[in-house]
Amino acid sequence: MSTNTAIAGRTREEMAQRLARDIPNGSYVNLGIGIPELIARFVPEGRTFVYHTENGLLGMGPSPEAGAGDPELINAGKRHVTAMPGAAYFHHADSFAMIRGGHLDLSVLGALQVAQHGDLANWSTGEPDAIPAVGGAMDLVAGVKHVYVITQHTTKTGAPKLVESCSYPLTGRGVVDRVYTNLAVIEVTPEGFRVVELSPGVDFDTVQNHTGATLLRPSGDPNDE
Amino acid sequence: MIDKRVSSAADAVADVFDGATIMIGGFGEAGSPVELIHALIDQGASGLTVISNNTGSGEVGLAALLKARRVTKVVCSFPRTANSTVFPELYREGFTELELVPQGTLAERIRAGGAGVPAFYTPTAVGTPLAEGKESREFDGREYLLEHGLTADFALIKGRVADAHGNVIYNKTARNFGPPMAMAARVAIVQAERVVDPGGLDPESVVTPGIFVERVVEIATPVHESELVAAGVSYP
Repeated sequence: MSTNTAIAGRTREEMAQRLARDIPNGSYVNLGIGIPELIARFVPEGRTFVYHTENGLLGMGPSPEAGAGDPELINAGKRHVTAMPGAAYFHHADSFAMIRGGHLDLSVLGALQVAQHGDLANWSTGEPDAIPAVGGAMDLVAGVKHVYVITQHTTKTGAPKLVESCSYPLTGRGVVDRVYTNLAVIEVTPEGFRVVELSPGVDFDTVQNHTGATLLRPSGDPNDE
Repeated sequence: MIDKRVSSAADAVADVFDGATIMIGGFGEAGSPVELIHALIDQGASGLTVISNNTGSGEVGLAALLKARRVTKVVCSFPRTANSTVFPELYREGFTELELVPQGTLAERIRAGGAGVPAFYTPTAVGTPLAEGKESREFDGREYLLEHGLTADFALIKGRVADAHGNVIYNKTARNFGPPMAMAARVAIVQAERVVDPGGLDPESVVTPGIFVERVVEIATPVHESELVAAGVSYP
């Protein structure tokens, strides 16, 4: 593993745009806080996604203009949002029935660590003095049909976030389907992480060097073992 | 004649007793019944268990109730906020205990409590530290955890319009935990911007039916928690 932090690859916006390309038209989507929120800016032409926010709104729209916010119309990150035509409000038990009951198509989340068989750690670094807080992440990964993680490939200090097994407390076991990073798009398979696509200008060995687990090459790659 | 109207927030919370379990609605500031919480601070009950998604911000509303050292336990999904040190300090000091519950499990435990369901199985948190000590069972090859319903002595809820029978409608994402909490509390207390006579709400639009609500109090122009926090207000 390398400690080189100046890695090439996609910007946060390009990562979000790349992920948005993989969301089918008409999907019901829950976007987590942080990089996942950027995805709403990059909906491909001709597609409509319906955004769910777990505090009780389906059909969430973009932030209002400065000063036009309503303190009782917010998203899960507690920021002001708007409601699109066709939106619906509902209470928390119904909102999580949508999540846990498998009614949402996609949950996009950030991560502290993802393990090669799809375990996700994204709520706690397990430090003894930290105030534990979990929110809705465990419900999302347990219930939504597909779970995509969008994250930088490594931590700020260069430690890999894609690992053989998570050292941080888990959010869910075997729940992640795909990981979109600055370096690659990676699929979680029964055999482990498989690179689906390398970011422009990034080669396989660079991704491998920044990953804490053995990567499988893209399907059809002549170097496939 | 049924009339659940009470004349003030103080009257609405007058019988809250030491050691009571209280559900408090709201997700962040949206739906936080700040006037009822402030009345509860004035009323003085202590040793409370509070069931709420968050732990408040600044030093008003729920954070002020905590800061007044009235709450010895919180049942909560996300007790961290960017702009409050009240709960972290009480937690580290050991004064306020925390039962951390995933948000959807919290909502469903409250709904179940209100629906007469003592416990249920959920896939949430399987394989995580929050599964420790919980019964688990497999259904169709998948593992689930047993979670218990939650009930409370009181609930404090913010609505938009209520009627004298206790029917309530809410405002946008301020609805959040209000409806399930009204079901799960023995005494559900709702503050609303308008309280109308029976017939003043369209029965088709009622979100919380009046059978779940014991008291309604009109708070015509409720404060917004974020404005108080921005102004540096500390209650009382």
